[in-house]
Amino acid sequence: MAEPSRRPRRVSPVLLALPPLLALAIALPWIAEALGTPASTGLATRMAIYAIAASALNLVLGFGGMVSFGHAAFFGLGGYTVGILYAHWSWQEPLWGLIPGTTSLPVTLLAAMAVGGAGAALIGALSLRTRGVQFIMITLAFAQMLFFLFVSLKAYGGDDGLSVRRQGEFPGLSLRDPAQLYWLCLGLLVAWLLLLRRVTRSRFGQVLAGARQSERRLQAIGIAPYPYKLAAFVLSGMGAALAGALMVNYARFVSPDMLAWTKSGELMIMVILGGVGTLMGPVLGAIALVGLEYWLAALTEHWQFVLGPLLLLVVLFARGGLMALLRPGAGA
Amino acid sequence: MALLLEQLLNGLQLGVMLFLLAAGLTLVFGIMGVINLAHGSLYMVGAFAAAWVAAQTGSALLALLAGLAAAALVGMAVELVVLRRLYARDHLDQVLATFGLILFFNQGAILLFGRQPLFVDIPEPLRGAVEIIPGVPYPAYRLAILAVGLLVAAGLYWLIRHTRTGMLVRAGATHREMVRALGVDVRRLYTLVFGLGALLAGLAGLMAGPIFSVQVGMGEQILIMTFVVVVIGGIGSVRGALVGALLVGLSDTLMRAYLPALLRGAMQGPDADALAAGLASMGVYLLMALVLLLRPRGLFPAHG
Repeated sequence: MAEPSRRPRRVSPVLLALPPLLALAIALPWIAEALGTPASTGLATRMAIYAIAASALNLVLGFGGMVSFGHAAFFGLGGYTVGILYAHWSWQEPLWGLIPGTTSLPVTLLAAMAVGGAGAALIGALSLRTRGVQFIMITLAFAQMLFFLFVSLKAYGGDDGLSVRRQGEFPGLSLRDPAQLYWLCLGLLVAWLLLLRRVTRSRFGQVLAGARQSERRLQAIGIAPYPYKLAAFVLSGMGAALAGALMVNYARFVSPDMLAWTKSGELMIMVILGGVGTLMGPVLGAIALVGLEYWLAALTEHWQFVLGPLLLLVVLFARGGLMALLRPGAGA
Repeated sequence: MALLLEQLLNGLQLGVMLFLLAAGLTLVFGIMGVINLAHGSLYMVGAFAAAWVAAQTGSALLALLAGLAAAALVGMAVELVVLRRLYARDHLDQVLATFGLILFFNQGAILLFGRQPLFVDIPEPLRGAVEIIPGVPYPAYRLAILAVGLLVAAGLYWLIRHTRTGMLVRAGATHREMVRALGVDVRRLYTLVFGLGALLAGLAGLMAGPIFSVQVGMGEQILIMTFVVVVIGGIGSVRGALVGALLVGLSDTLMRAYLPALLRGAMQGPDADALAAGLASMGVYLLMALVLLLRPRGLFPAHG
């Protein structure tokens, strides 16, 4: 008796390319060493960190249809959590007399995600009462408020920012070694992507996609979209905060620039460049934008003069971003 | 008392500057449905063109004309080449494309004029101060800005309420599809409205030149505040833009003037000043968040 024939699963070329690409990514520090360009490891670290932040934004922007123009706020909140905990550790003086400072990376990363999540819960709860252009603008407004708040906090460096002179400590790793920091970021990126994959394919993800397409229809079948959208917003804020915390560990510096509205713009660019609403799109977008900035900046001081029109061309002519280019005909 | 009056006038003056920018932005928003982040770049173009011509010729009148013409022409070129393709796209694409335009214009300005800020002299006849009430002198130039802003507001009111073009603009802001369906040449209307918005942005920029320095990035600082104004006023509403601009201008100026003194009562001098500056900067965003939470469509929603 013939088995009922299963529809052959079409495995996309992107999926097939993942294992070798991951192997390549893991081997990158050795390759960089062998090629005599150890700086590439740092570049790849930045790419991995921004990939986490961009995929976090993509959860609300691509999967949930909420155009947040203030995600730098959570990126910065994560960064400042690390910076402030370090500062209090170095001053030997607990924050508000209660919370002791620390440089332990697992603690600071979790704290950053908690702070980012709390911030996103507050901002999201208020912002999600609006939609469309107003949502874009109110998220921008909240991010600007936080930006100016950190500018005005002279105790933590104000405008000039805060140097974090001591690397976070992670049991079993020595993060002074750029390669080990890179592997940590890469590992967290992979874990974050796996989590996002599960989330977007769950019932929760289905509801979120439903909210993007038509909230009214969702309400008609008896589901209130607001709690789902808020939960997605909080998860997204936590991801962005994680990326911010890693960035401060990499750059050993945190400043209000991390919360600037241009940073929110950059994160959006990564998402759109790579492909909105795809799992790997933001990763590609982050790699492309960070790489492009790096190489254009090496070519000319006026790299933005080239990058600007390039972005324009991508928007006007390459709809669906890099992911759409990688699988022609599949439809983004 | 004299200080309060001075601060009120400063607030109104910032308000009319914001209005000049917001009027164009809100019309473009309301009629074409485009979020144009590059509106601040047009402000910068107006300022740079006027500053350059003033430095070359020494004539304030030529500088004025150059600033206006440059902003309007660049604006219309941007509409024809880029924005026209974005009307049917979602906000995401518009934000990204106009962000790209900002990078282009900012770096272009650096290429042409360098990173050093340009300084512009106040035109000769407006250099002095005027006693508004006995014993309280106020710079004539700032009063002139106020007058120009109010004149433009009146002119816009006339244009929008009493001319045929204005009728189309109003119709476009409330029933965009219907205007198109009735056979109005919307493409020309769009270019016209965009050119007008750019002209006003350029006017704001060239007037700002002698007060603030003319430098790259000046557009973005004021752009975000302009968005606050537009959203508070209600997208697409010129009346809302005027009310929102004056509200934002006054509250920002007054908070900057009085918060430090208030805070100094509670904490140490430098810390108080820094925190007060931060709080004052946050103030307008707080205002916007409050307005949006109470009236999600702004104070004067244009769309039915």
